[in-house]
Parts: sequence; structure tokens; C-alpha cells
Amino acid sequence: MAKLKSTLPNMLLSLTIICGGAGAILAGVNDFTTAPIAASKAAALETAIKEVTPPFDNNPTKESYKAATAEGDSLLIYPAKKDGKLIGVAVESNTQKGFSGEIKVIVGFDADGKLFNYSVLQHAETPGLGSKMQEWFRMNKKKQSVLGRSLSDGNLQVRKDGGDVDAITAATISSRAFLDAVNRAYSAYAGTKKWDGASGATTDPANQEEISQTETETVKEGGNHE
Amino acid sequence: MNNMKVLMNGIVKENPTFVILLGMCPTLGTTSSAMNGFSMGLATTFVLACSNIAISALKNVIPDQVRIPGYIVVIAAFVTVVQMCMEAFVPALYASLGLFIPLIVVNCIVLGRAESFAAKNGIINSAFDGLGMGLGFTMALTILGTIREFIGTGKFFGTTVLPEEFGSLIFVLAPGAFIVLGYLIAIASKLRKA
Repeated sequence: MAKLKSTLPNMLLSLTIICGGAGAILAGVNDFTTAPIAASKAAALETAIKEVTPPFDNNPTKESYKAATAEGDSLLIYPAKKDGKLIGVAVESNTQKGFSGEIKVIVGFDADGKLFNYSVLQHAETPGLGSKMQEWFRMNKKKQSVLGRSLSDGNLQVRKDGGDVDAITAATISSRAFLDAVNRAYSAYAGTKKWDGASGATTDPANQEEISQTETETVKEGGNHE
Repeated sequence: MNNMKVLMNGIVKENPTFVILLGMCPTLGTTSSAMNGFSMGLATTFVLACSNIAISALKNVIPDQVRIPGYIVVIAAFVTVVQMCMEAFVPALYASLGLFIPLIVVNCIVLGRAESFAAKNGIINSAFDGLGMGLGFTMALTILGTIREFIGTGKFFGTTVLPEEFGSLIFVLAPGAFIVLGYLIAIASKLRKA
């Protein structure tokens, strides 16, 4: 078959057919992968919540609600309950103060409001420096660990800013950003907290309906421009 | 043309990373660990082979003056397929490669092979060329990633061999990528001449 000549109708037709074909293939693949993608995201979130809160027996993702931070935006809070009693919360927090792009962490607090555990969900910090935050702030070395700390007497800060947390070596900006995310998580959680033991967290039920997991999706901005 | 010869051409004689020096952005960006380099290589291999086949099949119905947009649409479609499948089935890998997967679209190797090989050769030959180039790229990225990961963090494919204190951080960062790549190109060039 001879090659098509570059006339306008030929070009239009050829490109239209190629685009149509590509579109059809992508629509098919999208249909096929939507469910697994949602499932893997939900599973990742559930694992993260399990990791940062004491053992629970409810479904925190179903009971999640939004809470405002001191800065005016809002974060998702997942209450963890055992036998109907609130034993901790997981707060999905984020910060824009990272060295490159957004950092997302999930922070767990126990029933006394102490930091139970945390997990970094997404970051684009420098590998080998800022990327250490997943392990650094739980290592029981000097003043590194943030686990078990209470934020009720004020925000956590790195030593350089007058706080008492040891920052990651050579990654003060990432450390600051990480603590900012933790502080934001606490402020959201403290704002809604009414600790009366048996009844658990009191929330406005009307708010709960609007929450869906799709809100946790984010567009990755910035990132590594090579 | 002999298919085996076409395949080996991409792996050794015209290795995209060590000889043609194409696609340096993912080469330097994703090889901070062996696993990342390897997966990036495989993703690119898939796109290369598929787009070579498709473009070779379509070469006669794409008029010359619009061939580049035509090729790019085909390539972008395959890249998006890879991206969606990765996000669905290997989310951990997708998280670590992140931005670099969509960037395969603008990887010069893919468009380069479409222009210089697939547009002039038959489907079978083009498939082997894409596969060979892809495997050559994968091999280069894996070697680069293994060396950087080992010198940088003392790990081999994620398993600690030496304690991290022995690692030299610079090899995980961008400058280390350039240094290791430079040495590898020199070694590859020496070996080819020998």
C-alpha cells in the first residue's frame, strides 16, 4: 500500500482515526483499572490508620469527618473505637512547606491526646535526606522521637526554632515541614475534641455524609523537574 | 533483516543509554535504587515495543506532514495504559516512580525509534527493535541503579549488605548519577572497542 499523501483531508482523517482509536483503548483500560485503583488506595489508607492508632474494631473510614485547623482549612479525621469507646484518632494531614512539593502524613493520637504513631503517605523530599522522615521521628535516639509526645502545651518545633525535637541531619526544612503537618493534625483534632470518655468523639452527623474517599486524591504538583 | 541481530543491536551496539545517550532524564532521575531503575526500564520497554509495532503497522496511513503528532498520540496512549495499570496493580512502585511514568511520552528513545526504525521497517522487525532497545535501556538503568544504591546506601535491591553509615549520600543524589553514568559510559566504550 502506498503511503498516503499529505493532503488536508488525508491528514485530518488519519489523525482523527488515530486519536479516536487511542481514546477507545484508554477508555477501556480506565474502566478496567478504576476498581483496582480505588481498592488499593482504600487498602493503603486502612493500613496506615491501623499503623498509627491503637487496635480498634470499628470502621474508621466510614466514620470519618472533617475538622477545621487553626489555619482555616480542614483535615479528615478517622476515629478509632473499640467496643464503642473512642481509643484514638488518625488525622490525615498535609503541608505545603516541604522542600519539594506537598507532604502528606497520617498522624495518630491516643485517647489522652498523645501522639501515638505516624506514617508518611506521600512526599517528594530529597532521597537520603528529607526522605528519612518515615523512620527518623520514631527512632529513640536523643530527642528525635515524636512518639508519645503531648502537643497540648504547644506545637512541636525543631531545635533550631526553639523547640525540642532533633531535626533530620541536613534536612531542617523537611523536618520543619513534617512537624508542621503534625501540628496541623493536632490542631484539627484538638478543635473537635470533647473527651467525655464513654460517648467518644462528638461530631456533627450532618457533616459526615458529605465525606467520600475521593477527596483524599491529590494532584501531585511540583515534583522532580530534572 | 535478522531478528536476533536487530534485538542485540539495541542491547549492545546501539545501547540507548551507553552509546546513543538518549533518554537521560529518566536515566538520571529514577536510578536512585536498583528496583526503581529496573521497573522504569521495563515500563519503557513495554511502551517501546508496543509503539514500534503500532507505528510500523500504521506507517502507511499516516501522512508525512502529520507523522510526529500521530506518533506522539500513539506513544502517549501506551504510556497512559502503563500508568493506569501500575497505579492499579503495583501502587508502591507507582508512588516511587511517580512523575517519571508520564514522562516516558517525551523520552527521545521512544520517538527516536519510531522515526528512525519503525517508520521504515516491517512489524516483526520493529517489535524486535523496540524490545532490544527497551532491554538495553533496562539493563543500563539497572546497572546504574545497583551501583548508586550500593555505594550510596549499602543496599543491594533493598537488602542491606553494608550498614548505612558506609554509604556516601552523594551517589543517591543527582551528582552521583552523573558520576556513575560517566564512568559506565567510559567502561562501555572501552569494552566495545576491545
